[in-house]
Amino acid sequence: MRAHPKINALESAQQRTDLPAFRAGDTVRVHYKIVEGDKERIQVFQGLVIKQHRAGARSTFTVRKVSFNVGVERVFPTFSPRIDKIEIVGKGIVRRSRLFYLRELQGKAARLRDQKDT
Amino acid sequence: MNQNPGLIGKKLGSTQLFLGDRMVNCSVIEATPLVVVGHRTKAKDGYTAVILGLGKRKASRTTKPLAGQFKKANVEPPQTVKELRVDESQLGLYPVGGQVDLNAVFQEGQFVDVQGQSRGRGFTGVVRRWSFAGFVQTHGTHEYRRHGGSIGTNMTPGRTLPNIKMPGQYGNETVSALNLKIARIDAEAGLVLVEGGVPGSRNSVVVVRGAVKKKNGGKKA
Repeated sequence: MRAHPKINALESAQQRTDLPAFRAGDTVRVHYKIVEGDKERIQVFQGLVIKQHRAGARSTFTVRKVSFNVGVERVFPTFSPRIDKIEIVGKGIVRRSRLFYLRELQGKAARLRDQKDT
Repeated sequence: MNQNPGLIGKKLGSTQLFLGDRMVNCSVIEATPLVVVGHRTKAKDGYTAVILGLGKRKASRTTKPLAGQFKKANVEPPQTVKELRVDESQLGLYPVGGQVDLNAVFQEGQFVDVQGQSRGRGFTGVVRRWSFAGFVQTHGTHEYRRHGGSIGTNMTPGRTLPNIKMPGQYGNETVSALNLKIARIDAEAGLVLVEGGVPGSRNSVVVVRGAVKKKNGGKKA
Protein backbone atom coordinates (compact mmCIF):
# COMPACT_ATOMS: atom_id res chain seq x y z
CA MET A 1 0.00 0.00 0.00
CA ARG A 2 1.46 3.34 -1.00
CA ALA A 3 0.76 6.26 1.27
CA HIS A 4 -0.44 9.60 0.01
CA PRO A 5 2.40 11.98 -1.02
CA LYS A 6 1.29 14.45 1.65
CA ILE A 7 1.64 11.75 4.31
CA ASN A 8 5.09 10.88 2.99
CA ALA A 9 6.02 14.55 3.25
CA LEU A 10 4.82 14.64 6.86
CA GLU A 11 6.89 11.59 7.70
CA SER A 12 10.06 12.64 5.96
CA ALA A 13 9.87 16.00 7.75
CA GLN A 14 10.29 14.11 11.03
CA GLN A 15 13.44 12.28 10.08
CA ARG A 16 16.59 13.53 11.74
CA THR A 17 19.84 13.90 9.86
CA ASP A 18 22.05 14.71 12.83
CA LEU A 19 22.45 11.12 13.98
CA PRO A 20 25.33 8.92 12.80
CA ALA A 21 24.71 5.93 10.58
CA PHE A 22 25.10 2.57 12.27
CA ARG A 23 24.02 -0.97 11.60
CA ALA A 24 23.38 -4.25 13.36
CA GLY A 25 26.50 -5.45 15.14
CA ASP A 26 27.68 -2.00 16.13
CA THR A 27 28.09 -1.07 19.77
CA VAL A 28 26.43 2.27 20.51
CA ARG A 29 25.92 4.64 23.41
CA VAL A 30 22.44 6.12 23.26
CA HIS A 31 22.02 9.36 25.21
CA TYR A 32 18.34 9.38 26.01
CA LYS A 33 16.45 12.16 27.76
CA ILE A 34 14.24 10.95 30.56
CA VAL A 35 11.90 12.95 32.76
CA GLU A 36 12.03 12.36 36.50
CA GLY A 37 9.30 14.29 38.25
CA ASP A 38 9.70 17.71 36.73
CA LYS A 39 13.41 17.39 36.04
CA GLU A 40 14.93 16.17 32.84
CA ARG A 41 18.19 14.31 32.69
CA ILE A 42 20.14 12.28 30.19
CA GLN A 43 20.55 8.56 30.63
CA VAL A 44 23.10 6.58 28.65
CA PHE A 45 22.29 3.13 27.40
CA GLN A 46 25.26 1.29 25.95
CA GLY A 47 24.92 -1.96 24.10
CA LEU A 48 24.93 -3.86 20.89
CA VAL A 49 22.49 -3.08 18.08
CA ILE A 50 20.81 -6.40 17.34
CA LYS A 51 18.04 -5.18 15.08
CA GLN A 52 17.14 -2.21 12.95
CA HIS A 53 13.56 -1.81 11.86
CA ARG A 54 13.70 0.48 8.86
CA ALA A 55 10.30 2.07 8.31
CA GLY A 56 10.88 5.69 7.39
CA ALA A 57 9.96 8.04 10.20
CA ARG A 58 8.68 5.12 12.28
CA SER A 59 12.04 3.31 12.27
CA THR A 60 13.28 1.77 15.48
CA PHE A 61 16.42 0.00 16.61
CA THR A 62 16.98 -2.51 19.38
CA VAL A 63 19.98 -2.30 21.69
CA ARG A 64 20.99 -5.26 23.86
CA LYS A 65 23.28 -5.24 26.83
CA VAL A 66 23.98 -7.67 29.64
CA SER A 67 23.61 -6.02 32.99
CA PHE A 68 24.40 -8.01 36.17
CA ASN A 69 24.09 -11.22 34.17
CA VAL A 70 20.63 -10.25 32.96
CA GLY A 71 20.08 -9.48 29.31
CA VAL A 72 18.40 -6.09 28.78
CA GLU A 73 16.98 -5.05 25.45
CA ARG A 74 15.63 -1.65 24.67
CA VAL A 75 13.83 -0.48 21.55
CA PHE A 76 14.38 3.16 20.60
CA PRO A 77 12.48 5.06 17.90
CA THR A 78 15.34 6.09 15.63
CA PHE A 79 14.14 9.64 15.06
CA SER A 80 12.78 10.29 18.53
CA PRO A 81 13.37 13.85 19.73
CA ARG A 82 14.26 12.30 23.10
CA ILE A 83 17.47 10.90 21.73
CA ASP A 84 20.08 13.49 22.54
CA LYS A 85 22.89 11.83 20.63
CA ILE A 86 24.21 8.47 19.59
CA GLU A 87 27.90 7.56 19.89
CA ILE A 88 29.31 4.63 18.00
CA VAL A 89 31.71 2.75 20.23
CA GLY A 90 32.61 -0.13 17.96
CA LYS A 91 31.72 -1.60 14.64
CA GLY A 92 31.31 -5.38 14.66
CA ILE A 93 31.60 -7.80 11.82
CA VAL A 94 28.36 -9.67 11.34
CA ARG A 95 26.89 -11.62 8.46
CA ARG A 96 23.23 -11.03 9.18
CA SER A 97 21.04 -8.06 10.06
CA ARG A 98 19.12 -9.64 12.93
CA LEU A 99 21.41 -10.82 15.70
CA PHE A 100 18.83 -12.67 17.75
CA TYR A 101 21.19 -15.67 18.06
CA LEU A 102 23.17 -13.66 20.61
CA ARG A 103 20.33 -14.05 23.09
CA GLU A 104 21.18 -17.73 23.41
CA LEU A 105 24.88 -17.11 23.94
CA GLN A 106 26.73 -16.00 27.03
CA GLY A 107 30.13 -14.68 27.98
CA LYS A 108 32.93 -15.29 25.52
CA ALA A 109 30.62 -16.88 22.99
CA ALA A 110 28.49 -13.73 22.79
CA ARG A 111 31.32 -11.62 21.45
CA LEU A 112 31.60 -10.28 17.91
CA ARG A 113 34.72 -9.63 15.88
CA ASP A 114 35.41 -5.92 15.61
CA GLN A 115 36.35 -4.19 12.40
CA LYS A 116 39.36 -2.68 14.15
CA ASP A 117 40.80 -6.12 14.90
CA THR A 118 41.05 -7.22 11.31
CA MET B 1 -27.50 19.14 17.24
CA ASN B 2 -23.84 19.88 16.71
CA GLN B 3 -23.68 23.48 15.58
CA ASN B 4 -20.01 23.99 16.28
CA PRO B 5 -17.92 25.29 13.42
CA GLY B 6 -16.37 22.57 11.32
CA LEU B 7 -15.37 21.53 7.85
CA ILE B 8 -15.49 18.66 5.43
CA GLY B 9 -12.37 16.86 4.34
CA LYS B 10 -10.94 13.79 2.72
CA LYS B 11 -9.37 11.07 4.84
CA LEU B 12 -5.93 10.45 3.41
CA GLY B 13 -4.79 7.75 5.82
CA SER B 14 -2.91 7.62 9.07
CA THR B 15 0.62 8.02 10.31
CA GLN B 16 2.59 8.54 13.49
CA LEU B 17 3.91 11.86 14.71
CA PHE B 18 6.37 12.90 17.37
CA LEU B 19 4.35 15.44 19.29
CA GLY B 20 6.60 17.05 21.82
CA ASP B 21 8.11 13.92 23.31
CA ARG B 22 5.17 11.66 22.67
CA MET B 23 4.61 9.49 19.63
CA VAL B 24 0.97 9.61 18.64
CA ASN B 25 -1.08 7.89 15.98
CA CYS B 26 -2.77 10.42 13.75
CA SER B 27 -5.35 10.39 11.02
CA VAL B 28 -4.60 12.78 8.19
CA ILE B 29 -7.56 14.73 6.82
CA GLU B 30 -7.13 16.88 3.74
CA ALA B 31 -9.34 19.95 3.54
CA THR B 32 -8.19 21.66 0.41
CA PRO B 33 -9.47 23.14 -1.78
CA LEU B 34 -12.38 23.86 0.53
CA VAL B 35 -14.62 26.67 -0.61
CA VAL B 36 -17.76 28.27 0.76
CA VAL B 37 -20.54 27.89 -1.79
CA GLY B 38 -23.18 29.73 0.18
CA HIS B 39 -25.09 30.32 3.38
CA ARG B 40 -28.52 29.29 4.55
CA THR B 41 -30.09 32.03 6.59
CA LYS B 42 -32.93 32.13 9.04
CA ALA B 43 -34.75 34.79 7.02
CA LYS B 44 -34.61 32.95 3.70
CA ASP B 45 -34.42 29.27 4.55
CA GLY B 46 -35.66 29.03 8.13
CA TYR B 47 -32.32 27.77 9.49
CA THR B 48 -28.69 28.75 9.45
CA ALA B 49 -26.08 26.65 7.75
CA VAL B 50 -23.01 26.97 5.62
CA ILE B 51 -22.62 25.15 2.30
CA LEU B 52 -19.09 23.89 1.78
CA GLY B 53 -17.52 22.46 -1.36
CA LEU B 54 -14.53 20.13 -1.26
CA GLY B 55 -12.17 19.15 -4.06
CA LYS B 56 -12.44 19.86 -7.76
CA ARG B 57 -14.55 18.61 -10.60
CA LYS B 58 -14.62 19.34 -14.28
CA ALA B 59 -17.04 21.98 -15.46
CA SER B 60 -18.29 19.49 -18.05
CA ARG B 61 -19.29 17.10 -15.27
CA THR B 62 -21.28 19.73 -13.40
CA THR B 63 -25.03 19.85 -13.85
CA LYS B 64 -26.36 23.20 -14.91
CA PRO B 65 -28.35 23.95 -11.76
CA LEU B 66 -25.27 23.28 -9.64
CA ALA B 67 -23.05 25.22 -12.01
CA GLY B 68 -25.32 28.20 -11.52
CA GLN B 69 -24.88 27.97 -7.75
CA PHE B 70 -21.12 27.81 -8.09
CA LYS B 71 -21.09 30.73 -10.51
CA LYS B 72 -23.13 32.80 -8.10
CA ALA B 73 -20.57 32.19 -5.36
CA ASN B 74 -17.74 32.61 -7.89
CA VAL B 75 -16.02 29.33 -6.99
CA GLU B 76 -14.49 26.52 -9.04
CA PRO B 77 -16.86 23.54 -9.20
CA PRO B 78 -16.11 21.35 -6.16
CA GLN B 79 -16.39 17.56 -6.10
CA THR B 80 -18.45 17.26 -2.91
CA VAL B 81 -20.99 19.72 -1.57
CA LYS B 82 -22.25 19.47 1.99
CA GLU B 83 -24.25 21.66 4.31
CA LEU B 84 -23.20 22.14 7.93
CA ARG B 85 -25.68 23.57 10.40
CA VAL B 86 -23.90 26.31 12.33
CA ASP B 87 -24.88 29.01 14.73
CA GLU B 88 -25.66 32.39 13.20
CA SER B 89 -22.70 33.99 14.97
CA GLN B 90 -20.28 31.59 13.24
CA LEU B 91 -21.23 32.47 9.68
CA GLY B 92 -18.54 35.14 9.65
CA LEU B 93 -15.91 32.38 9.68
CA TYR B 94 -17.10 31.32 6.25
CA PRO B 95 -16.99 34.12 3.67
CA VAL B 96 -18.98 33.13 0.59
CA GLY B 97 -16.73 32.43 -2.39
CA GLY B 98 -13.60 32.19 -0.26
CA GLN B 99 -11.40 29.42 1.01
CA VAL B 100 -12.03 28.16 4.54
CA ASP B 101 -9.21 29.20 6.86
CA LEU B 102 -8.37 26.08 8.86
CA ASN B 103 -6.76 28.06 11.64
CA ALA B 104 -9.90 30.16 12.05
CA VAL B 105 -12.18 27.15 12.35
CA PHE B 106 -9.99 24.98 14.61
CA GLN B 107 -7.10 25.41 16.98
CA GLU B 108 -4.43 22.88 17.83
CA GLY B 109 -5.23 20.77 20.87
CA GLN B 110 -8.93 21.29 20.39
CA PHE B 111 -11.39 18.39 20.67
CA VAL B 112 -13.42 17.49 17.60
CA ASP B 113 -15.95 14.93 16.42
CA VAL B 114 -15.32 13.22 13.11
CA GLN B 115 -18.21 11.74 11.16
CA GLY B 116 -17.80 9.43 8.22
CA GLN B 117 -19.18 6.45 6.36
CA SER B 118 -17.67 3.30 7.87
CA ARG B 119 -16.14 0.69 5.62
CA GLY B 120 -18.76 -1.76 4.35
CA ARG B 121 -18.27 -5.40 5.29
CA GLY B 122 -21.46 -6.73 3.70
CA PHE B 123 -23.59 -9.43 5.30
CA THR B 124 -21.52 -10.55 8.26
CA GLY B 125 -21.86 -13.32 10.82
CA VAL B 126 -22.11 -12.80 14.57
CA VAL B 127 -18.49 -13.69 15.31
CA ARG B 128 -17.19 -10.74 13.30
CA ARG B 129 -20.13 -8.38 13.70
CA TRP B 130 -20.77 -8.74 17.42
CA SER B 131 -17.56 -10.47 18.60
CA PHE B 132 -19.40 -13.64 19.64
CA ALA B 133 -17.04 -16.38 20.73
CA GLY B 134 -18.49 -19.12 18.54
CA PHE B 135 -18.27 -22.72 19.69
CA VAL B 136 -15.54 -25.23 20.44
CA GLN B 137 -13.94 -26.33 17.23
CA THR B 138 -13.62 -30.00 18.29
CA HIS B 139 -15.40 -32.47 20.59
CA GLY B 140 -17.91 -33.32 17.88
CA THR B 141 -19.18 -29.82 17.09
CA HIS B 142 -21.13 -30.31 13.88
CA GLU B 143 -22.01 -27.42 11.59
CA TYR B 144 -22.31 -25.03 14.54
CA ARG B 145 -18.83 -23.52 14.92
CA ARG B 146 -19.59 -19.86 14.20
CA HIS B 147 -23.28 -19.81 15.15
CA GLY B 148 -24.79 -17.41 17.64
CA GLY B 149 -26.56 -19.96 19.85
CA SER B 150 -29.98 -19.41 21.37
CA ILE B 151 -32.08 -16.38 20.44
CA GLY B 152 -34.73 -16.76 23.13
CA THR B 153 -36.96 -19.05 25.17
CA ASN B 154 -39.84 -21.32 24.15
CA MET B 155 -43.20 -20.45 25.74
CA THR B 156 -42.31 -17.34 27.70
CA PRO B 157 -42.44 -14.94 25.94
CA GLY B 158 -42.85 -17.24 22.97
CA ARG B 159 -41.19 -14.84 20.57
CA THR B 160 -37.74 -13.54 19.88
CA LEU B 161 -37.19 -10.25 21.65
CA PRO B 162 -36.23 -7.19 19.59
CA ASN B 163 -32.59 -6.09 19.21
CA ILE B 164 -31.12 -9.57 19.57
CA LYS B 165 -27.63 -9.58 18.05
CA MET B 166 -27.79 -11.56 14.82
CA PRO B 167 -25.97 -11.68 11.49
CA GLY B 168 -26.64 -8.90 9.02
CA GLN B 169 -25.22 -5.90 7.19
CA TYR B 170 -22.10 -4.61 8.93
CA GLY B 171 -20.44 -1.32 8.14
CA ASN B 172 -21.33 1.18 5.42
CA GLU B 173 -23.20 3.29 7.95
CA THR B 174 -22.63 6.75 9.32
CA VAL B 175 -20.31 6.62 12.31
CA SER B 176 -18.98 9.42 14.50
CA ALA B 177 -15.76 9.27 16.47
CA LEU B 178 -16.18 11.67 19.39
CA ASN B 179 -13.68 13.78 21.30
CA LEU B 180 -10.59 13.36 19.17
CA LYS B 181 -7.79 15.81 19.71
CA ILE B 182 -6.38 17.92 16.91
CA ALA B 183 -2.67 17.16 16.79
CA ARG B 184 -1.66 19.64 14.16
CA ILE B 185 -3.10 22.04 11.62
CA ASP B 186 -1.09 22.58 8.47
CA ALA B 187 -2.93 25.35 6.66
CA GLU B 188 -0.33 25.53 3.91
CA ALA B 189 -0.80 21.89 2.90
CA GLY B 190 -4.49 22.04 3.85
CA LEU B 191 -4.16 19.24 6.38
CA VAL B 192 -5.82 18.61 9.72
CA LEU B 193 -4.17 15.88 11.81
CA VAL B 194 -6.39 14.23 14.38
CA GLU B 195 -5.16 11.92 17.12
CA GLY B 196 -6.63 8.46 16.77
CA GLY B 197 -8.64 6.78 14.07
CA VAL B 198 -11.55 8.16 12.09
CA PRO B 199 -14.34 6.22 10.38
CA GLY B 200 -14.22 5.33 6.72
CA SER B 201 -11.84 4.17 4.06
CA ARG B 202 -9.05 6.20 2.58
CA ASN B 203 -10.25 8.93 0.21
CA SER B 204 -13.68 8.99 1.83
CA VAL B 205 -15.31 12.24 2.88
CA VAL B 206 -15.47 13.01 6.59
CA VAL B 207 -17.09 15.85 8.52
CA VAL B 208 -14.96 17.37 11.28
CA ARG B 209 -16.66 19.61 13.84
CA GLY B 210 -15.99 21.00 17.29
CA ALA B 211 -16.78 18.38 19.93
CA VAL B 212 -20.44 18.42 20.93
CA LYS B 213 -19.84 16.82 24.33
CA LYS B 214 -17.16 19.28 25.46
CA LYS B 215 -17.54 22.78 26.79
CA ASN B 216 -16.91 25.65 24.39
CA GLY B 217 -17.17 23.33 21.37
CA GLY B 218 -13.96 21.56 22.35
CA LYS B 219 -11.88 24.73 22.17
CA LYS B 220 -9.68 25.86 25.00
CA ALA B 221 -11.37 28.57 26.98
